[in-house]
Amino acid sequence: MGYPHKPHPKETVVLSKHFGEADARTYKGWVKRGGYEMLAQALTLEPARVIDVVKESGLRGRGGAGFPTGLKWSFMPKEKKKPHYLCVNADESEPGTFKDREIMRWTPHALLEGAAIAAHAIQAEVAYIYIRGEFTEPWAVMERAVAEATAAGVFGAIKLYLHRGAGAYICGEETALMNSIEGKRGNPRIKPPFPAAAGVFGMPTTINNVETLAAVPLILKKGAAWYKGLSLSSPKSTGTKLFSVCGHVQQPGNYEVTMGFPLKDLLYDLCGGIRPGRTLKACIPGGSSVPILNREETESCLLDYEGVVEKGSMLGSGGVIVFDDSTDMVYQIMRLARFYAHESCAQCTQCREGTAWTTKILERILAGQGKTADLDLLLDLADNMTGKTICVLSDSCAAPVVSGIKKFKQEFEDYIAGRRKPVMVA
Amino acid sequence: MSVSPHPIPQPGTEEYQPVFAGPTLEQLSEILKRYPTKQAALLPALWLVQAARGWISDRNMAEVGEVLGLTAAYVKGVVTFYTMYHQHPVGRHFVQVCTTSPCNICGAEAVVKALLDATGAKELGATSPDGKWTVIEVECLGACGFATPVLVNDDFIESVTPDGVPDLVKRYK
Repeated sequence: MGYPHKPHPKETVVLSKHFGEADARTYKGWVKRGGYEMLAQALTLEPARVIDVVKESGLRGRGGAGFPTGLKWSFMPKEKKKPHYLCVNADESEPGTFKDREIMRWTPHALLEGAAIAAHAIQAEVAYIYIRGEFTEPWAVMERAVAEATAAGVFGAIKLYLHRGAGAYICGEETALMNSIEGKRGNPRIKPPFPAAAGVFGMPTTINNVETLAAVPLILKKGAAWYKGLSLSSPKSTGTKLFSVCGHVQQPGNYEVTMGFPLKDLLYDLCGGIRPGRTLKACIPGGSSVPILNREETESCLLDYEGVVEKGSMLGSGGVIVFDDSTDMVYQIMRLARFYAHESCAQCTQCREGTAWTTKILERILAGQGKTADLDLLLDLADNMTGKTICVLSDSCAAPVVSGIKKFKQEFEDYIAGRRKPVMVA
Repeated sequence: MSVSPHPIPQPGTEEYQPVFAGPTLEQLSEILKRYPTKQAALLPALWLVQAARGWISDRNMAEVGEVLGLTAAYVKGVVTFYTMYHQHPVGRHFVQVCTTSPCNICGAEAVVKALLDATGAKELGATSPDGKWTVIEVECLGACGFATPVLVNDDFIESVTPDGVPDLVKRYK
C-alpha cells in the first residue's frame, strides 16, 4: 500500500508515525518533529549509559536473528585501542521484506539519528550505511538527508557515509557486507573472529539493521520501560515491529504492531483478508528463509520471537508472504530454491551444489519426471545443507524445502505420480 | 533462461579515453576520503565507470585497477561477483523485473512477457534491434508488497501489471 494512508486502529504507530509526510524527510522537518534531540543528549552521556538503556529496553535485532542490541553493543572493546566502526545493514533483500526501504524513504533522519547514537555508544567515529544497489529512491533520499544533517553539524565528530551495493543478496550477511565495503567479493567470513573483535578493515565493528537503529532515538526519548511495555506476550520480545505483508492479501503493505500481535489479525483485519473467493493455504512469516506455516499454524500464531518459534518457524525479518489456495506450492518452493541457487556465493560446497541440485530436482518433479525417491533425496540434501556452511544461506534454502515437503507432501506426490499436469519451467 | 550473444565491440584503433579524468576523478578523490584503504573505493569506482560508459569493459577494469592499486584480474573478480555491473553493452533502457516467489504469485511472469513484447527485446538478456531495450529477470527487488516492481535504469516503478506495460514503455524514448 502506498503512502500516505491512515493506520489501522489496531496498529501501534511508532516507527511509521511519519510515513507519508514529505516534510519529515527534510532536516528542518525532522527537527520540527523533535528529531536529533536525543542524539544531542546521548552525545553528552557516557557510552556505557546509552548501552544500558538499550539493554534494559529489550530491543532485539530486526534484521532477522533477533540478537539483543544492547548486548551486541557491549561486546565492543571498552578501552579503545583501534578505530571502531558501525555498519548499518540496509541491504534489505530477503524475499517478502520491504520495511527498511520504507524507513529510508520516509524517515531517513530517524535512521541517521539512531546510527549516530549507536556510533557514540560503541565509540565509533565512522558509520557506513550499506544500501542495496537496486534501492535508487531510498538512496537519493538518504543522500540528501546525510548531506543536510552533516551540514547542520548534528553528528559531532561522527562521520556517516553511504555505500552502495551492486546486486548480491549475500551482502546482507554481516561479514559479507564488511567484505563488500572493503572492495572485495561478498563472501561471508568464517567466525570467529566476530565483528566486535575484527570486523570491517580488521577493526572492532558492530552491524545493525535499519529498523533496529530507527527505534533507538525513541527508546532514549520515552524510556526503556515504555518500550518494554509495548508487548502483548513474551517479556523477551519487546517494542513494535514493522511487518511487510505481500502475496495474496487484499491490502499488502507495511504494518506496525506490538510484539505478540496475532498473525491472524494482521492478515484478516489489517490486510483486509485473502483475495476475494480464496482461502489461506500457507504463510511464510519471517522472510523466505524461514519454514513455511500451514493454515492452522498461521491462524494460531503470535508475532513475537518465541511465538513464531512455537509454531515451528521464525520471526526473521518480519516479511510475511501469504499464499492462497490457488498456489502451486511445489512451483513456489522451486522459485525460492532458485533464488538461493542464484544468490549463493559458492564458496561452500554444500551450498553451491546443494542449492543448485535442490532447484534441479524440483524442476524435474514439476516437469513430471520426478521419482518417488526424489523427496527423500531432497530431504537428505537439505540435511547436508543445514548447519554445515560458513553462513546460513544454505540453511535458508533448506527451510522452505523441508517444511514444504512435510506440510504439502501430497502436491509433490501428485506431480511424481502423474496426477498433475507437468509444468515446463523456464 | 537463455541469453543471446551480445555484439562484441571490436578493438578500436582510437586511443583509450580514461574514465577517471576531470570531474569524475574529483568525485573519486572525494570518495577515497571516506575509507582507510584505496581498495574500499572499488565498488563506488565501478559505479562511476558504469555511469560514464554504460558498462564496464576489460579496459575499464584495468584502468580502475591502475587508479586504486589493484590488478585488473582482481577488479574483474569483483565485477563478476555483483550482478548489477554490466560486463557487456546493454540497451539504453535497462529493465529489471522481479520474479521471485512473492511477485511470481502476483503475476510477475506475465509482466516479463509483456515487457519482452512491448520493447521488442523478445528474449531475456537480449537487446532490442534498435538498441533501446534490454530486459532481464532479477531476484527480489525488495518491494514485494508492490508487485510487480520494475527498475528501468534508475527509475523504480511499483505495481506494474501486464496491461500497464505499453504505457510504461512509451514513457521512455
